[in-house]
Amino acid sequence: MQAKIYIKLKHGLLDVQGKTVKGGLDSLGFGNVHEVRVGKYIEIDLDHTDAAAAKADVEKMCEKLLSNPVIEDYRIDIEATATQS
Amino acid sequence: MKWGVVVFPGSNCDQDCVHVLHEVLKQEVVELWHQSDDLQGCDAIVVPGGFSYGDYLRCGAIAKLSPIMQAVKAFAEQGGLVIGICNGFQILLESGLLPGALLPNAGLKFICEFVYLRVERTDTPFTQNLQKGQVIRIPIAHYDGRYSVSAEQETAANHAAVFRYCDVDGNVSEAINPNGSYQSIAGVVNAQGNVLGLMPHPERAAEAALGETDGRLLFESMINHFEQARATS
Repeated sequence: MQAKIYIKLKHGLLDVQGKTVKGGLDSLGFGNVHEVRVGKYIEIDLDHTDAAAAKADVEKMCEKLLSNPVIEDYRIDIEATATQS
Repeated sequence: MKWGVVVFPGSNCDQDCVHVLHEVLKQEVVELWHQSDDLQGCDAIVVPGGFSYGDYLRCGAIAKLSPIMQAVKAFAEQGGLVIGICNGFQILLESGLLPGALLPNAGLKFICEFVYLRVERTDTPFTQNLQKGQVIRIPIAHYDGRYSVSAEQETAANHAAVFRYCDVDGNVSEAINPNGSYQSIAGVVNAQGNVLGLMPHPERAAEAALGETDGRLLFESMINHFEQARATS
């Protein structure tokens, strides 16, 4: 199994990196960009064979280390890897 | 009074803290390596600034898992004095010892300059030698110093605020706020009052030869607090 984890700043918190990237896109002439939010993407290869168990473990990882619940939200996608399917 | 200064791979203010405590304030000091879980009977712990574990993932996120921080957490929970400076503040927040989190500065610049701080609370071991409303001058040096809280933490954070960024006269405003911190908060204390975290570096403002001595006030308060507690026990 592979976990794909998307972490981003909570809504309402100023994302200075996103704001700066938006400035870069504006400079390139993409005037239709309303907002940019920059986050983190993490891939974890797991030995699990059960998707629900994998997700439960990855949720614990997110709560304890991968994200900071004070400032960040996360989303987890669990996918079967080629060697397991 | 015996002090312990925690050293992580990537710490870079540890020797400044050792110097000020040992050479300037004539205290007994030991360095505590991150792989150890032995606080060596210290009476106070300093978690210093720097870039522990390369700031990977988030500032302080990996450091909180080190053996020494498990010992520091247990020490703090028993009422032991702990001060976290800059990256040390980030580590204490990540460890859950203090409310809030730190984000990149609102201006997206690394800021290294002297700032003025207004003392908001003097009922803590770290500020008992200071006056409420007193303005002190201490430098900051950080990229990730924007103190932030979740909506549920706002009331607690305002109560926890010990220092706010201000102008020379003690006025707090968004124009003076150097990094966009919530309510201009520069340092917070825990509910029990024995754990302080702050972004400014008191150890860099502790000798007249280096241009400022206000930083000494924090360490001297801690020493006073400790001596008073020992005298009454």
